Amino acid sequence: MKKLLFYMKDYIKESIFGPLFKLIETIFELSVPLVVAAIIDRGIGHGDKGYITKMSLVLVALGAAGLLFSVTAQYFAAKASAGFAKKLRHALFVHLQKLSFSEIDTLGASTMITRLTSDTNQVQVGVNLTLRLLLRAPFVVFGAMVMAFAIDFKAALVFAATIPLLFVVVFVVMFWSIPLYRKVQARLDRVLGITRENLSGVRVIRAFCKEEDEVAEFLRENNELSRMQKYVGRISALLNPATYVVINLSIIWLIWTGALRVEAGIITQGAVVALYNYVTQILVELIKFANLIITITKSIASAKRIEQVFEIESSLKEGQSLPERVSSPGTVEFRGVSLRYKNARENSLSDINFKAEPGQTIGIIGGTGSGKSSLVNMIPRFYDAAEGEVLVDNINVRDYQLEALRQKIGIVPQKAVLFAGTARDNILLGKEDATDDEIWEALTIAKADDVVKEKGGLDFYIEQGGKNLSGGQRQRLTIARALVRKPDILILDDSASALDFATDAALRRAIRKLRPIPTVFIVSQRTSSVQHADQIIVLDNGRIVGIGKRDELLRHCEVYREIHESQFQKEGA
Amino acid sequence: MIAKKATGEPKGITVKILRCLKPYSFLISLSFILAAVSVVLTLYVPILIGDAIDLIVGQGQVDFPAISRILFRIGIIIGITAITQWFMTVINNRITFQVVRDIRNKAFRKISVLPLKYIDSHSHGGIVSRVIADVEQFADGLLLGFAQLFTGGLTIGVTLLFMFSFSFKIALVVVVLTPISLLVARFIARRSYSMFRLQAEIRGEQTGLINEMIGNQKVIKAFSYEKKATERFDEINERLEKASLRATFFSSLTNPTTRFVYSLVYAGVGFAGALSVIASGGAFTIGRLVSFLNYANQYTKPFNEISGVITELQNALACANRIFELIEEEPQIPDAVNALTLGPVHGNVSMKNVSFSYTPEKPLIKGLNLSVNARHRIAIVGPTGCGKTTIINLLMRFYDINSGEIAVDGQDIRSVTRKSLRSSYGMVLQDTWIKTGTIRDNIVIGKPDATDSEVIAAAKAAHAHSFIKRLPDGYNTFITDEGGSLSQGEKQLLSIARVMLIRPPMLILDEATSSIDTRTEQKIQQAFYSLMEGRTSFIVAHRLSTIQKADVILVMRDGNIIEQGNHEDLLRKNGFYAKLYNSQFSV
Repeated sequence: MKKLLFYMKDYIKESIFGPLFKLIETIFELSVPLVVAAIIDRGIGHGDKGYITKMSLVLVALGAAGLLFSVTAQYFAAKASAGFAKKLRHALFVHLQKLSFSEIDTLGASTMITRLTSDTNQVQVGVNLTLRLLLRAPFVVFGAMVMAFAIDFKAALVFAATIPLLFVVVFVVMFWSIPLYRKVQARLDRVLGITRENLSGVRVIRAFCKEEDEVAEFLRENNELSRMQKYVGRISALLNPATYVVINLSIIWLIWTGALRVEAGIITQGAVVALYNYVTQILVELIKFANLIITITKSIASAKRIEQVFEIESSLKEGQSLPERVSSPGTVEFRGVSLRYKNARENSLSDINFKAEPGQTIGIIGGTGSGKSSLVNMIPRFYDAAEGEVLVDNINVRDYQLEALRQKIGIVPQKAVLFAGTARDNILLGKEDATDDEIWEALTIAKADDVVKEKGGLDFYIEQGGKNLSGGQRQRLTIARALVRKPDILILDDSASALDFATDAALRRAIRKLRPIPTVFIVSQRTSSVQHADQIIVLDNGRIVGIGKRDELLRHCEVYREIHESQFQKEGA
Repeated sequence: MIAKKATGEPKGITVKILRCLKPYSFLISLSFILAAVSVVLTLYVPILIGDAIDLIVGQGQVDFPAISRILFRIGIIIGITAITQWFMTVINNRITFQVVRDIRNKAFRKISVLPLKYIDSHSHGGIVSRVIADVEQFADGLLLGFAQLFTGGLTIGVTLLFMFSFSFKIALVVVVLTPISLLVARFIARRSYSMFRLQAEIRGEQTGLINEMIGNQKVIKAFSYEKKATERFDEINERLEKASLRATFFSSLTNPTTRFVYSLVYAGVGFAGALSVIASGGAFTIGRLVSFLNYANQYTKPFNEISGVITELQNALACANRIFELIEEEPQIPDAVNALTLGPVHGNVSMKNVSFSYTPEKPLIKGLNLSVNARHRIAIVGPTGCGKTTIINLLMRFYDINSGEIAVDGQDIRSVTRKSLRSSYGMVLQDTWIKTGTIRDNIVIGKPDATDSEVIAAAKAAHAHSFIKRLPDGYNTFITDEGGSLSQGEKQLLSIARVMLIRPPMLILDEATSSIDTRTEQKIQQAFYSLMEGRTSFIVAHRLSTIQKADVILVMRDGNIIEQGNHEDLLRKNGFYAKLYNSQFSV
């Protein structure tokens, strides 16, 4: 909580004045029963109509003053909470962007999104309500008690007994039912889970003729949920009757003691009425307060979750080096590199050694989980080596300024991701100041020029996630995006999977015609995609089990041969 | 307002809702009675308190015996009220939760018989939210809303009755002044609604951006897009702050302003009441004034609640509509009454002049003919979107054909029960599906009473045993579909084990295109082969080795089988297949 309070620092004025104005409002409100008592005792008692008129106007004035102060308080609260939320979201967004992949992987995208959206909203509501209302209820309750004691000590003892009792009742019921509500939620999640599962698995379920069993399971779980809900409902249904009983019993007590005190001539009839009014005021506030506590508890839980994210520090420390341009850039060297993902028990890569010379094509092949993508992800320093070093143009990647390093590299990720915006915007990501000619050149090499032309040119609007393009079309655009920056190093991370074989081959031919020739890394499952590479790195279980040209590997590397044969078994093979 | 809205809805919605409530008509009437009792009693207490206060006139003028009688009565009434209130809430809960349960059951039962066409063409999230969120909102809004409406209306009525019976003049003050608070509240609500909508829109925009940016960190980092992303984020964030400030502030004005109106009512009652006490010379007492002041407070509350309830009711009706839409959706054509059970299947499959399309505008399969001999392997190949998976949908009768006939062992599949047809097939799809439960639960799906040794044997045959053994609890390891604890390849092996356990006479296999490592892939391959032994098998094939070993290759293009034959025949033909084949291996 403390860390998040930092973002309140520009709103100290609002945070003090908000509650303060609210307090002043309650003072006006607490004066009302006294005025009514005066109307009864003096106005009615003496038949003084002028006095009654005056006091009634005082009531209106108190209301108006209350309105003024409370509106001001609401404004301060709204301003502070909206501003706070803005700063919090900004800070969180920037923080999340700074995290390295190991942290992002552990957190998970959906978690990050909920932290930024629903959790910050919840905190905003919490801040707003805290500033507005948190102090109000206790102030009204204790203010009413103080007023009561000012009227008559003995009669006011009722308050001293009632208030704690009410608090106890409210909190017992709340704390009894809240954990149960969590159980209800878990049951509901189960019912939801079955529903979702039955939709996603509809083919399997029907293929195995399991419809009836699934319905039976749903009925069972749904019944459990309903039973649990009814049980919790019975408990939380106690709250209203219980507070009702406590308050009304205290009214009975109050009237009785009031009667005794009036009989003794210590207090007046009007005073009894005032005391009675205070009791009702307390009840109203207390119920509001209970609801408030529930909301604030939720906000605190959200705040804690957000704070946990802030506590995660990026493990990536940026280097300072802005190296000069070398004459023939594109050397990549791995020296004894191993990689271990956070919380993983085993290395994902171990003892990786190889050197790619400028302009070479390096094929990387191996099964899923063999570490192919991990290997290329280390070149733009998405992950740091646990041991050994990765060198780009003979400089350790850790020494580069991240942006300088990544500028040298064009990467085409496995998943063809495009952003909402025009085709031009998307290509410009690769090179901010690219001219249209450069863009078209990149598109042509990537075999994406036809796609863009067909869709209406560079101003063609790509919807979020590239929904209005096919997988292959998206892939080609992402390739163009990487090519437009004329990278020293080009990484194709299984990028051809959405392309048919012919396009894949044509693309590889076009890349080889680029001048200057980039160092190209091709990650693939298909031996056909890498067969012409200068070096093919064969990975198995995170280790290099073979490195060389296709023919050498076919002779000496068993894993490569296996992969090759499973895909190339021609007649008679 | 409700009436206006209701006319816009399909007419029968009220009838449908009433039908859902019918089993609970006794509970509902009971709830109404309890509500009425509790309202009347709650409103009676202030009168008694007023009476008691009238007995406390001043020093030496207190009638203790009378007071104690009144207080005793109050005590009893409190007890009864509390019990009534509790029972009423419990009964309301009961009705709500059971109606929710009933509707959900109905909806789920419907899902289990919906045609796949519906499930494939509707977002699963949307269906789930109908079953979960809409049902809940419907029940909450409608049932609790009605309860509130009833209690609220009754409270207003009884209060008016009491007030007018005590003093017409003061009652008039209350009746004239309180509507102001409603007008004010309505005014604020209307103003803040558009602000809230703006806030929601901007929020949606921001969430969209966040989704995009967070989901694609790799690209963001690779292209150093962080600064630009933050700029875009901040621009929206700035707008959100403004909208949020306005919405929060405006909506929070409701409380203070209505409170101000109450204080006007209060002052009005105090003024008129006090003057009445003096003027009436004892007919209108101070105790009555106190009761009036209390009523002035209680009278306004239900008004506010009711205006909230009305929006909620409208919302609930909208939800109800969505639910009933699902519940009333046309189910798949049920099995014919005289449907046969497909006997021991040999595995001859034929398609005669089959036409099929998902949407009438886009014909897909036209006049397809195919004859498959028992125990043959049929590889289906062709470019994406050519209709390979459609064949699976038709064979399994997930979709019904538009015309023509599909027959198994000469028996039209529409004349046999779905159950007997589908259990003659073993199906392993590319999109593997894991049921939440243990590994064992997942394997025994087709044969719940399988023994442990059968399960292990099936797993071994599917080459799944070795990875299962390595899991923390072996066969009892709990897995979920999203859990991600199993790799894609492992999930596939598990689905093969499912089929291994039941060993049906015919198979439908959908080879994975990619993302499975070579080793696992080879295991899958071996498992497939041992499974296919002696069974009619349809394979949507991507792997050359599979294709080469097939007895018949069906080459599909645009919904038609354009070539048919084995590998050598087709190569010799030098047609589309040959072109496909060569593009794969010439670079």
